[in-house]
Amino acid sequence: MLYQEAGQFSTRYADDRRLFRLRQDRLGLALLLAFAFGAVPFLGNDYWFSAILIPFLVLSLAGLGLNLLTGYAGQLSLGSAAFMAVGAFAAYNFELRVAGLPLLASFLLGGVVAALVALLFGLPSLRIKGFYLIVSTLAAQFFVQWALTKFSWFSNDNPSGVITAPKLEILGADFGSPAGRYLLTLGVVAALFWLGHNLVRSELGRNWMAVRDMDTAAAVIGIPLLKTKLLAFALSGFFLGIAGALWAFTYLGTVEPHGFDLNRSFQVLFIVIIGGLGSILGNFLGAAFIVLFPLLLSNLAGLLPAGLIDAGQLENLQKIVFGALIIAFLIKEPEGLARLWRRLRERARLWPLRY
Amino acid sequence: MSHPPSSPLLELQNISLSFKGVKAITDLSFAVAPGEICALIGPNGAGKSSLLNIINGVYRPQSGLIRFDRVEQRSMRPHAAAELGIARTFQNIALFKGMSVLDNVLTGRNLKRRSSWIEQALRVGRAAGEDDRQRAAAERVIEFLRIQPWRDAIVGRLPYGLQKRVELARALAAEPRLLLLDEPMAGMNAEEKAEMSRFIVEVNREYGTTVVLIEHDIGVVMGISDHVVVLDYGRKIGDGPPGEVRRDPEVIAAYLGTRH
Repeated sequence: MLYQEAGQFSTRYADDRRLFRLRQDRLGLALLLAFAFGAVPFLGNDYWFSAILIPFLVLSLAGLGLNLLTGYAGQLSLGSAAFMAVGAFAAYNFELRVAGLPLLASFLLGGVVAALVALLFGLPSLRIKGFYLIVSTLAAQFFVQWALTKFSWFSNDNPSGVITAPKLEILGADFGSPAGRYLLTLGVVAALFWLGHNLVRSELGRNWMAVRDMDTAAAVIGIPLLKTKLLAFALSGFFLGIAGALWAFTYLGTVEPHGFDLNRSFQVLFIVIIGGLGSILGNFLGAAFIVLFPLLLSNLAGLLPAGLIDAGQLENLQKIVFGALIIAFLIKEPEGLARLWRRLRERARLWPLRY
Repeated sequence: MSHPPSSPLLELQNISLSFKGVKAITDLSFAVAPGEICALIGPNGAGKSSLLNIINGVYRPQSGLIRFDRVEQRSMRPHAAAELGIARTFQNIALFKGMSVLDNVLTGRNLKRRSSWIEQALRVGRAAGEDDRQRAAAERVIEFLRIQPWRDAIVGRLPYGLQKRVELARALAAEPRLLLLDEPMAGMNAEEKAEMSRFIVEVNREYGTTVVLIEHDIGVVMGISDHVVVLDYGRKIGDGPPGEVRRDPEVIAAYLGTRH
């Protein structure tokens, strides 16, 4: 009853095509966006912006990038961090070497370069599947990190390969403060999520899912496998590349190739698995889990009597609990947090009745 | 009809197919006239499914020619076959299990799209109007096969008989000229079989779609087809109208065995 759809009829196909079909969903999203854009910048403090909200948003976007490829198109990848690195370093170099290039344009170009690199490493997907494809994307992971370290041109000859964010300025407005960086990240992430949501519901999104579910049947009904798979790699790379540029520019400020190592790829993969493969909302849920859970654990540990666990043990303990939780998740809810959310929503629709 | 009766829609000439030396089909020729329902029958392992796979390009025969709509080819490719207007269903249902019925049917129309993925992602240009037209076309098929109540259901959760119908819907959504059905009634009860037969006949009559189907139920085959081709061990042993084929001594021998 809380979540009643009675009386809301779709009378045109355009009604069915809306971002959200139900009035409650649309209202909820509008309120959420108004809150995130209008209220949070005034309510939050610097710690929340820099340590929680910005990484949460950037990791959600990275999750979306991988989800397009793995959750929707069914192509396994362990190269997410490599494409993030390409995006970050490409955006940095465009900003550095092209005078007067607007900040947002350098993000966009960073995404495009990452898309091209992802496309290149996606080429083997035409011949190999599953586990073997992981090896190809793993090659991207190692190759990109190696290339960025080996050729100092990428980091403008910085001795330790570190790149530093340019001044974050759009049309003369400065986004350098924590709240400003939060707003910039939020704007970019919101726009890209709109795009991602449209993509997965378009013809291309259907073709991706068709290839994922049964590729021989997809070929027989005329879906071009080559183009569909390569577009999945390229668009995934595009989203990941922009996520990488945000990671470098608005979250960390300075970053080295090592910041985009295999662990980061695994982190993005966990976000997608925990959040839900083939779900848009799942990326936010997974990223929130990954960002908040370690904080929660260390706060809980703080409640224990002092001296019981030292800092080193705590860090290991975190990893143990985290790993155990991921395993528990995969067993109990392989479709991720997004599935739990859907079930909750179904309940809310029927409440107070059970059926 | 655009074709004179002398020119078949589909013609196979001296097709041979073998897998690593095992002969699946040997020197097989037959023709399908436009607008007819042609049944392929024969015992298990006779090469019926392989034949369908040759027609729509999943397998490439070692020798022989395929002529579709008077264009001669050594073999087909799946994508090219789809573009020529050949659609099919599979013996083991090959639907996209994670997608809704509507989305499955819409994938069948992917070759009818003209707008690019960029237009669709940004929702500009030709995308919106085209979405409406594709949806309307998909809805016509859904209505035709009476699967409206399950439009938004995830296909993997539907019962078997309905999945078979959704697969037919996906094939029909492409508005094919030639429809290949691989055991469309396998595992169905008598009622479901009757319903499916009616759909096949209706498709054939209303849209003039040429149908090639594989079926084991001889009653159904004799009832709905205009033309029967009998295979045994990869060879053709009978070819003609159903009444004629059922009296053919060689066909009877293959099906019932011979008296010694």
